[in-house]
Amino acid sequence: MDKRIVNPMTEFRLNTQTVSVAPLAGERLSQTLREGLGQLDVKVGCDAGDCGACTVLIDGAPVCACLTPTHQAEGRHVETLGGLAKHDPDAQRLSESFQNHGAAQCGICTPGMMVSAVALLRETQTPSPDQVKDALGGVLCRCTGYRKIIDAVVASPSTQTAEAGDGTVGSSIPRLDGVAKVTGTENFGDDVAPADALVLRIIRSPYARASFTFGHIDDWLANTPGVEAVLTSSDVPGQNLFGVIPDFVDQPVFAETETRFLGEAVAAVVLSPDAVQGFDVEAFPVTWTELPSAETVSGATAPSAPQLHQRREGNVMCAGFVQQGDASQALSTADTCVEGRFQTGFVEHAYIEPEAGFAQMVDGRIEVHACTQAPVMDLEGLETILGMDRKDIRIIPTGVGGGFGSKLDLSVQPYLALAALHTGRPVRIAYSRSESMQSTTKRHPADIRLTISASQDGRIQGMDFSGDFNTGAYASWGPTVSNRVPVHASGPYRVPNYRAEARAIHTHNPPSGAFRGFGVPQAAIAQESLFDELADKLGIDRLQFRLLNALENNTPTVCGQVFEQGVGVKACLTAIQSAWDSERTAAASYNSTNRVQKRGVGIAAGWYGCGNTSLPNPSTIKSGIRADGSVVLHQGAMDIGQGANTVITQIFAKALGIDVQQIKLIGADTDVTPDAGKTSASRQTYVSGSAARLSGLALRAAILQRVNASDSAKLEFGNGAIRVIDAASEHVIDLSLLPYDAHGYVFGAQETYDPPTKPLDENGQGVPYAQFGYCAQLVVVEVDTALGTVTPVKFVAAHDVGKAINPLLVEGQVEGGIAQGLGMALMEEYIPGRTENLHDYLIPTIGDIPPIETIIIEEPDAHGPYGAKGLGEHVLIPTTPAILNAIKDATGARLTQIPATPARVRAALKELADDN
Amino acid sequence: MAYFAPTALNDALSLLASEDVSIIAGGSDVFPARGQAPMQNSLLDVTRIEGLAGLQWGPNGLRIGAATRWSEIIKADLPDCYAGLQAAARTIGSVQIQNSGTIAGNICNASPAADGMPPLITLGATVEITGPDGVRRMPVDEFVTGPRQTHLRAGELVTAIHVPPLPGYTRGAFEKLGSRSYLVISITMVAVVIGCDATGRIDFARVAVGACSPVAKQLTGLEADLIGKMPQQIQISTDHLAPLAPITDIRADAGYRLDAVAEQIKRAVGKAAISNG
Repeated sequence: MDKRIVNPMTEFRLNTQTVSVAPLAGERLSQTLREGLGQLDVKVGCDAGDCGACTVLIDGAPVCACLTPTHQAEGRHVETLGGLAKHDPDAQRLSESFQNHGAAQCGICTPGMMVSAVALLRETQTPSPDQVKDALGGVLCRCTGYRKIIDAVVASPSTQTAEAGDGTVGSSIPRLDGVAKVTGTENFGDDVAPADALVLRIIRSPYARASFTFGHIDDWLANTPGVEAVLTSSDVPGQNLFGVIPDFVDQPVFAETETRFLGEAVAAVVLSPDAVQGFDVEAFPVTWTELPSAETVSGATAPSAPQLHQRREGNVMCAGFVQQGDASQALSTADTCVEGRFQTGFVEHAYIEPEAGFAQMVDGRIEVHACTQAPVMDLEGLETILGMDRKDIRIIPTGVGGGFGSKLDLSVQPYLALAALHTGRPVRIAYSRSESMQSTTKRHPADIRLTISASQDGRIQGMDFSGDFNTGAYASWGPTVSNRVPVHASGPYRVPNYRAEARAIHTHNPPSGAFRGFGVPQAAIAQESLFDELADKLGIDRLQFRLLNALENNTPTVCGQVFEQGVGVKACLTAIQSAWDSERTAAASYNSTNRVQKRGVGIAAGWYGCGNTSLPNPSTIKSGIRADGSVVLHQGAMDIGQGANTVITQIFAKALGIDVQQIKLIGADTDVTPDAGKTSASRQTYVSGSAARLSGLALRAAILQRVNASDSAKLEFGNGAIRVIDAASEHVIDLSLLPYDAHGYVFGAQETYDPPTKPLDENGQGVPYAQFGYCAQLVVVEVDTALGTVTPVKFVAAHDVGKAINPLLVEGQVEGGIAQGLGMALMEEYIPGRTENLHDYLIPTIGDIPPIETIIIEEPDAHGPYGAKGLGEHVLIPTTPAILNAIKDATGARLTQIPATPARVRAALKELADDN
Repeated sequence: MAYFAPTALNDALSLLASEDVSIIAGGSDVFPARGQAPMQNSLLDVTRIEGLAGLQWGPNGLRIGAATRWSEIIKADLPDCYAGLQAAARTIGSVQIQNSGTIAGNICNASPAADGMPPLITLGATVEITGPDGVRRMPVDEFVTGPRQTHLRAGELVTAIHVPPLPGYTRGAFEKLGSRSYLVISITMVAVVIGCDATGRIDFARVAVGACSPVAKQLTGLEADLIGKMPQQIQISTDHLAPLAPITDIRADAGYRLDAVAEQIKRAVGKAAISNG
């Protein structure tokens, strides 16, 4: 008997076709489907069954393709989203429902979600929300907060139609780039490399701090089949350094003598594609010597601590400072004072798409295709590393499967570019989940001490904030965090006497960088928690206390900035007043009949300045009209799922006076689309949106001017002409008669917008931002006092967005931000070496996010396009403190360290009981 | 390196004897453990072996084939004493994992947090091991000897789990504690099978705890003390939990685990006793 599979081929039905493959022993079905069969709609997020993105149906049952040996598919029927979307009526209705509900944001989890949902819909045509949760519980989403996914599946059988209309500002049109996401055809970082591309693997430090020596790399290279090249720091033609803040460029592409965090790169191996599955990273000739490390702020600031960087004494990288009035005087003379210390841990972005891309040489230029939030910054970083002129570098971003701040920094790009330059061939890489988690940036752990005082009538008198932020081994966006925190740590309140200092401290950890809110969420935990304590001590209702102290138009912020308009925090707080009253009554009634389960209601407010802090951050948007009458928008604001492609287009369409569906979008590409800046700092709707508005207005003005039409004229484009209908008269511009520019545009406009800000002085006084967005959230939680588990049961979120360009997308940002805030509050903590996967590092699942009621407040901003303000980061700022306040309300226990895991909550409850 | 997928048990056994193979069933532990590392040896896929999957009733109770997937156990129509096992099955990972992962895989992976172990212990399950010298059986909690360690010898294969008949009036329950709703490794878990007499007092008790010791533990002292008690009035003492040896890890500290387990036992007993009441 030959017990091997007699036929070396494995044959199965893939969607509607029979396929035959020859997998290696132990090859994952996800690998075979993607690499062997080109089924790129199957996404890989973890290779461990933790995220479900790769879900396929085998004989109708959803399984993770990454956990399935390809050989097990023999004789079976494998269905993927790509096939289902083409042939399965349930899937087609579902696609439409996902689009209409805004259930796909970045789209990387969407195939897993939809395939799982199809299996459910085949069993149950009208599933309940609980059935949807059970069926989709194995697929993680980091963008949406899941609620719209639940709605989309529940509503699927009776597909509601999308909001009709021209997509003008204020209308909830489905996202313009959504169809590819809900049919599995969107191309992300790992979906674009040519089939013959070489493959990179990176050699990383196994220790937080280590010295290392390479063995005989040349011999190893010559004697290891399939290894095409090895790259180390000596192969970097330019500077072996990168960073995002000009004065803080400190991170080597490859460590040269010593590594400063677990997972830091020291070398890269370039493999032929067929050698990848057999390659053992452990075989690489390197010897490590572990060195004493400083992994905590206290360790790193101890006198004997190893220094991470020269000229950063005591491992203090930098500090931010804001001062107004006399805080110490106000605190010492106040009627009532509260103080506290609050601690947070590393938080991982945990987008479902690990960093991925490919690079190639094209006519002597280097071209990098990768997921990114900041294509032009990538280009500038590579300019330095490669020592090349920027005209010889082109960045073509792929679809981005979530970013949340971490994909602002370079990750795969330098390695890809170096390898492509070195070999002259296309080279690709997709980080494994663990190397993504080990090597990319995190949210800063914070250790905050805060004191706040108020007078008997409830007016805040003084506030003193002191925070140490663990910035990890390299600068990344640490300077931004230390600058932003003191500006925001007051919360959206009038604080006449204020002192705030935030230090960024180096440790032997992955770099802490940008993560939705740049340190402000950590600061808000301290401030909003102590506001509750202060209100209680004063005997004032917690919401009334906030209303009493909330900023208004014409009241100065702690930076001395006075807004004459647009301050919407009172409106947000007022909007949650009725929920505050009714939910507190309901919780009291619930608690009167429940001994172990206790409900509590928590509130918190927040604010966030949109755009860079007192620094220029222009966006440029170009548009043009071709001779055939088509309208083209060069939209370079990276859409990482938040909806820039849709929102910027809606703004442009309104300015030009045209239906959005008529606009042809050209995405970010450093060769053809001007710099719309980074997708960060909640700036795209505001800053790039303003540039899009200016671009649309300029284009419109040029057209109107040609025929001397009035501002109110209506424009119609098409068939090689523009019809300008102006009151009684009508003009037709025959575009074939007009000269066109190098881009083929007969009319063109390129406009730039840069928010008006002013520098901060040595006391942090000035104009840091041209606009702030504001918010207030309420949460009801249920605490199991015996086990310490906390279950949020409802959120009400009021957000002042100035003008909701697309209310559906606003809700999507609110729900997604709340989900991240909930994760940070209750379950998320990255511990290097211990939680480097998505089963030890927990993010919320579909069962963890309760219903969220979004209340949109529109307090127009004079600077924003049609009054719009930024939103993305604002959302999670109040979520964590609101949850902590609700736990306190439910149980009397004040949690001062997050995540509030069951063990920590239970310990706090026991301590409370012991104290009583 | 080869991938063997025999359909006959004898072929599988002779492969185990002659080849350097690792056993793979659902793959839900094999692949995550391997990560990006290359295969070190050939694989023996046991999921196509005839008779290795599925549930079969006999005079000596229920035989659950080693390669039976958790989803099959969830869907099966089983007596009330299996309610804990079925509840545990529903909490294993996700639908995707339940459709792949097998009952014997869960046991052979020998994780202290294996969700299948406590309910199988409370059911008095035994492991059927087939090897070159024939078939042997041992209780499930003896078979697993420690984290990632079992009594499986070279050349042997787990072929089934056997559950002896239990009194028809008994009912099982399972309590799992984790930090999120789905896809969660247990901080602690408790399985019980409880029977009550006509007066509502407990007259049959099995209690097992997972994730609080290297191998899930049956609390026989507690079981004895539960007899004669009303389900809503049971007390859990330090002595009852003495067989446990929880550790402190990223999920929780040891003290919390003991604290939580005591509460979970009360809840599980209460839940199992309700329908007997």
